[in-house]
Amino acid sequence: MEFRKDLFADERDDNLNEIGKPTQRQDMVGHVTGTSRFFDDRHPAGLLHLKVLRSPHHHARIRAIDTRSAARAPGVKRVILGNDVPVNLNTLLSLINFGKDDEPTLAVDKVRYQGEPVAAVVAESEAQAYAALKLIAVDYEPLPAVFDVEQALAPSAPLVNDIYPGNTFEYHDRYNHQRLRFGDVAAGFAQADHVLEQRYQMSPIEHAPTETNGCIAEPEQDGRIAVYTSTQALFFSLDTSAKILDVPSNKLHFIGGTVGGGFGGKVDTITEPLAILGVMLTGRPVRYALNRTEEMQMSSPRGAERIIIKDGLMNDGRIIARQVTHYFDAGAYTRLSSYAVVKCAAHMPGPYTIPNVSMDGYCVYTNRTPSSAMRGFGVTGADFALEVQMDKLARLVNMDPLEFRILNAYRDGDMKAHRQVAKNCALIECAQAAAELAHWPLSPPFKAMSSRSGGGAVTASASSAATPPTAAPVVNTPEFSTPVTHNPAANQRRLSSFLGGEEH
Amino acid sequence: MRVHTFDNARDAANALLDDSSARILGGGTLMMRAVNEGTATFNTLVRTKDPALQRLRTDTSRVELGAAVTMAQILATPDLNYLHPVAATVGGPAIRQMATIGGNLFAPSPYGDFAVALLALDARVQVYSSFGTRELALTALFGTPPSAPPRLVGAVTFSRPRSEQALHYHKVTRVTPKGASVLSLAACFTVRGERLSGVRLAAGALAAGPIRLARMERALEGQRLEAAAVASALPQMLDDIAPPTDAIASTRYRRAIAPVYLRRLLLGELTPWA
Amino acid sequence: MGLTLEFQLNGDHTAVLADEAATLQTVLRVELGLTSPKRGCLQGTCGACTVLVDDAPCLSCLMLAQNVAGRSVQTLEGLKEGAQLNPLQHAFMAHFAAQCGFCTPGMLMAASALLRQTPNPTRQQVVDAIAGNICRCTGYEPIIKAVLAAASASGNT
Repeated sequence: MEFRKDLFADERDDNLNEIGKPTQRQDMVGHVTGTSRFFDDRHPAGLLHLKVLRSPHHHARIRAIDTRSAARAPGVKRVILGNDVPVNLNTLLSLINFGKDDEPTLAVDKVRYQGEPVAAVVAESEAQAYAALKLIAVDYEPLPAVFDVEQALAPSAPLVNDIYPGNTFEYHDRYNHQRLRFGDVAAGFAQADHVLEQRYQMSPIEHAPTETNGCIAEPEQDGRIAVYTSTQALFFSLDTSAKILDVPSNKLHFIGGTVGGGFGGKVDTITEPLAILGVMLTGRPVRYALNRTEEMQMSSPRGAERIIIKDGLMNDGRIIARQVTHYFDAGAYTRLSSYAVVKCAAHMPGPYTIPNVSMDGYCVYTNRTPSSAMRGFGVTGADFALEVQMDKLARLVNMDPLEFRILNAYRDGDMKAHRQVAKNCALIECAQAAAELAHWPLSPPFKAMSSRSGGGAVTASASSAATPPTAAPVVNTPEFSTPVTHNPAANQRRLSSFLGGEEH
Repeated sequence: MRVHTFDNARDAANALLDDSSARILGGGTLMMRAVNEGTATFNTLVRTKDPALQRLRTDTSRVELGAAVTMAQILATPDLNYLHPVAATVGGPAIRQMATIGGNLFAPSPYGDFAVALLALDARVQVYSSFGTRELALTALFGTPPSAPPRLVGAVTFSRPRSEQALHYHKVTRVTPKGASVLSLAACFTVRGERLSGVRLAAGALAAGPIRLARMERALEGQRLEAAAVASALPQMLDDIAPPTDAIASTRYRRAIAPVYLRRLLLGELTPWA
Repeated sequence: MGLTLEFQLNGDHTAVLADEAATLQTVLRVELGLTSPKRGCLQGTCGACTVLVDDAPCLSCLMLAQNVAGRSVQTLEGLKEGAQLNPLQHAFMAHFAAQCGFCTPGMLMAASALLRQTPNPTRQQVVDAIAGNICRCTGYEPIIKAVLAAASASGNT
């Protein structure tokens, strides 16, 4: 491993005790001997098995559910419906007062995605539980469904999630999107030599951990219920379960630790509430784990995103305006998607200094599998689009794509679109080091650039008026109207130091 | 779930006839999946330990492979080297330890690749029924309507390919070295005086089950084995196939690539399995 | 319906009462407390349940337990050499060939079967041997390196 200690040497203490030295995982011996304990590596006496009946429809009203035959089926101890769940409406981030409760543990009057849980059976064996599911009769009235984010925003779209009538999450109870405003993109586009608008689309991505989501809940001798779980979010899952089951959180004892692959796919507290309820209703330990089909299709994926980027570009390679419209497909329920949009807005416009930036980010409901977190949550999809766009822009002005990024990279002292002054920037140095390793030729002016010089091209000032936000459908966000000016002299210094008057 | 084991195959065959919710268990690679996921449409698994189903004869001009012979056993038999590229692409090593010839015959698309090779070899099957054993062409077995009484396959037989009639085989998958078929193709033919003779072509994952490409065979019979003749015969293939859409590939995609791969297979443009 | 199943498990003669339709994995995990074969898919696609039956890799989630009557079964619990880790286990540790650890038992058994058959495998042979085992964490490369390293550490006899 090579350390580029020459970079930013004056900014840090180089006595590294841990970084750069191999350190063995504390669970490695357990892994290679098969003794690391996952939630499923236990079989308490009297263990019962819970399986869930899922909606075959993307969107439907539930008229009736008949569980009588299932309740009498061999081995069945209990059939659970939505009315048995003490608090049958929740959203994950209600624990931090973000968003409204919108998702039932078991659907009562409506199903909003194919695979939504409608009923649960607890039985002596998995085979008996599966057999009993087939005996539950549900009378559905199918409803029109919507699967596309832009169609979901059209006025005529079916209502997906009754809590959010506009098919979008509401921020601060007022705004149907997150927005970022900096400078005047319209003026920027008018000034630009090129304007490039492109649409990007990604599919949902399933984490597919080798271990599926699951837990085993057991009564403990002190009156608590112990939950051995695959969750990545132990305290989060504990508090969510306590809320849904309406018990004090100290009644639950969550044991996690070894997760057989998470990647963000084990943060939704899917299995614990029903398993705990099963314990409460039967007095016996209950196992509820998704099978592979459920994990692939019904557990939350990374949500699909549709990203529209419009950039104003000068012939000398500077991006002077960037406008992004970003739709996150949350599926039928919020889960964590509301937060993804906030993160995405914080990430825009990418690590580049652009004097005019506008972003609108929507958390949109469709009748698809509810999506949630996955690595680089809120940011990875945005980066895919931004970086493909950067390559296209470079081609437009005949620039090397790496040099194009170095040119536009933020530098210490630049005002970012969020009204924070950039500091400790290092994108330029990373790009230069990568180019060296990859034998990617950089011309001398670009090899000489630095994050620590040429900054301050864009600063904030109190003197100019802000551009009013563009038209409906949403309210102004007056707290983000700090005006922005451009410092032409600094801009010019920056340009001449790297262009050296040459044509590119 | 009940499991009944019989020492002799005839008794196993009768058990299948007596109980419509019984199924024969080969290696379990497909049946046990259904049992595990609670989607099994049967209540009873029938097994047999009959040594006749384990028979593997390569020393005669008619090769005999018992229904319980596994893909791993095929790979361990040097005399069956022409079948090694076929067996090697069935699942991974553990699947091959368990997957049987018999089970593969009835594996639904996109599985069932070994059956594709057997079709190209013009294989026959020995089946047990209430009347005893009888023999029929594999194509006839596949043509049996679903409502017919179940028959237990005891063995498959085929004429050992002569050296100039080697089996050509290719499997297209999304994941290598193992994966379910986008499609699989098998071809047997000889070249006599520069002309194709005895052409037999079979395909997997291009219909509900493995099929012979009858129109394509007729179009190629007597033609020269070269690019122009193959190209003019290829459109016949599209009338032979009815590819499914499944998690692996779409009908449209399979229809688009099938003629490309068949052409490459016939003209020897594919890298053989090493 | 129960039956008595007798077989060699990790070198010891074992007798257990099992349901006639139970899979080998269920008997190992539930009746015998050997939890190293993992429940990843129950479909035969992930390989996390791989054990050795008569030295050959098999998917315990798809095998009827009664199929191993009179045969020898080895799980990861039986791979250690007394109190010592075996060369494969050492190599996995040294090469960081596990992260979440869920695929690791299956990988080690598949690799163990390979090295028994082919003590000095090529890289392609290692790739083919673990073709039935899915890993979502490591990207496979550390595992392949670990198996090759274990092969050379054991010497080629």
